[in-house]
Amino acid sequence: MEVLLNDFSPGLFIVQTILLLGLIFLMVKFAWKPILNSLNEREAGIEEALAAADKARTDMQNLQADNEKMLQEARAEREGMLKEAREIKEKMIADSKEQAKIEGDKMLKQAQSAIESEKKAAVADIKSQVAELSVAIAEKVLKEDLSSNDKQLKLVDSMLSDIKLN
Amino acid sequence: MMQVSNTIKTLLQLLILCFSLQSFAVSDTVPEGAVSSKEQVDEYILHHLKDSHDFHLFSYTADSGERKHVGFPLPVILWSSNGLATFMSSEFHHDDNGRVIVEKNGSKFVKLHSKIYELDAGASSVNFDEEHHATNAHKVLDFSITKSVVGVLLVGLLMLLAFSSLAKQYGKKKIPTGFGRVLEPLVLYVRDEIARPNIGEKHYRKFTGYLLTVFFFIWVLNLLGLTPFGFNVTGQIAVTACLAIFTLIIYTVSGNKDYWMHILWMPGVPVFVKPILAIIELAGAFIIKPFSLLVRLFANISAGHIVVMSLIAIMFTLKESLGVAGATGLSLVLSFFITLIEVLVAFLQAYIFTALSALFIGMAVAEHDHDHEHDDSGHEVADTEDVRADFI
Amino acid sequence: MVTYNLIGAGLIVIGAGLGLGQIGGKAMEGIARQPEAAGKIQTAMIIVAALLEGLAFGALFLGK
Repeated sequence: MEVLLNDFSPGLFIVQTILLLGLIFLMVKFAWKPILNSLNEREAGIEEALAAADKARTDMQNLQADNEKMLQEARAEREGMLKEAREIKEKMIADSKEQAKIEGDKMLKQAQSAIESEKKAAVADIKSQVAELSVAIAEKVLKEDLSSNDKQLKLVDSMLSDIKLN
Repeated sequence: MMQVSNTIKTLLQLLILCFSLQSFAVSDTVPEGAVSSKEQVDEYILHHLKDSHDFHLFSYTADSGERKHVGFPLPVILWSSNGLATFMSSEFHHDDNGRVIVEKNGSKFVKLHSKIYELDAGASSVNFDEEHHATNAHKVLDFSITKSVVGVLLVGLLMLLAFSSLAKQYGKKKIPTGFGRVLEPLVLYVRDEIARPNIGEKHYRKFTGYLLTVFFFIWVLNLLGLTPFGFNVTGQIAVTACLAIFTLIIYTVSGNKDYWMHILWMPGVPVFVKPILAIIELAGAFIIKPFSLLVRLFANISAGHIVVMSLIAIMFTLKESLGVAGATGLSLVLSFFITLIEVLVAFLQAYIFTALSALFIGMAVAEHDHDHEHDDSGHEVADTEDVRADFI
Repeated sequence: MVTYNLIGAGLIVIGAGLGLGQIGGKAMEGIARQPEAAGKIQTAMIIVAALLEGLAFGALFLGK
């Protein structure tokens, strides 16, 4: 402590105080203030530019997202339309198939019933003709003299050839 | 840039002028000043650590056996009992033992161990007691332009020139060129690594100017101390005391309500502890903090100078045991590496002084928006927020 | 008298050395544990070391 106090020079202390005060004042006025101000300005500028770039990037991203969304919507719409068309087509095909089937069935039924009735008519016709023929044959047989077997057979043949099975 | 190169030219001219000013050679009866023995080395180092009244560059022994000193004298300005006295330091003829008496304004002055004493009225020569203290002389207020003052002026001038040219550069362009490109990161370093984290985002702007000035002042002076010109400005206790007291004044003046509250009437402790804590806190704020600041810088720089000079002195002190080549080689290697470390210390001490100043200022202006926990003995428990605020 | 001073100085240096060793060692541990916090740890370490150094120097000069 004694050594310290002995080394301490009050004169130097006072001179140093004055010089340091002056130095601080001058440095603050002529150096630090302008330097720090322009550094702050520059930093603010950089920050602003960065923020602007950031904003531009987010805008761009938003735009891209929008585009994507629209594209997706369009695609979905197209798909929907295609699906719908396909459904319609399938439905139409199924409908027409059904219609055709119904129609065909109907026609088939008609044809069957027609055939049936024709058949019935034909059978009735045959029946009546057979009856008439048998009557005529019997008539002729009765009219002719059935002396011999040959004559009888000839007669049957000629009669049979007369019958035109239509 | 033009300005800087002009400055450098002027400085060089000044330097050449210094060397040509080797007019005041003195013939001593004893070839004093030649350094070869251990005692002389000790003496020389102690002498170097003190401030000096003339700018001494080197000494040599002329062919005639005379000891010649090369350097230039500096003005001595004294406030004696008979008023102001001014003369050039050459009038002491390099005497440092109180033998040469200079009479000015009716007062008699002698230089004794780098200090100027005024002889008491009626005395015609200095009497010494057994411890070599003067008995019939007293110290005077010494405003001389000593070597340290020259160093301070030189550094101040350099700082002003360098940084005002940097400031001017910003007027023209956004990014500085040349030497400014070296200075700008340093300014940013002090602002972003020292001022901002230690003081806090809110208040740091006010104190950045002071911190920057002090940082560069100490750093450049520390580095100047490593040059062969032999400045030892930051190893002068008056200089470091001045710096520490500036910091003390700043944090005392800018202390807010919370700061004074924590010093004078610590919240959250029993009433009977409060006065005791107040005494401790007051001693901490007004004595311990500035004292540690001033002593740390002073001691580190002085110790560095002592170590470097002692290692250089190995050349003489170990000449007998190691031979001339061995002693010189050892001395050169050791002093080279220690000087490298001293370059680091020069920066570190500037950093620490500035950082601690910023920390103390930050403590004084901190706003306590959260409650502190206090432990049983009444000490504040620093919560994580405090620690972070202090050390980020 | 001089001897006592020297003993005191030795004690101060021992204490300060122990303290600095602790600070440095713990800082190293911290850096090893969290290398990304090395900068902050270093700053804190230097400041604490400086506080200790101030104390030690103060004690040394009080005795001188």
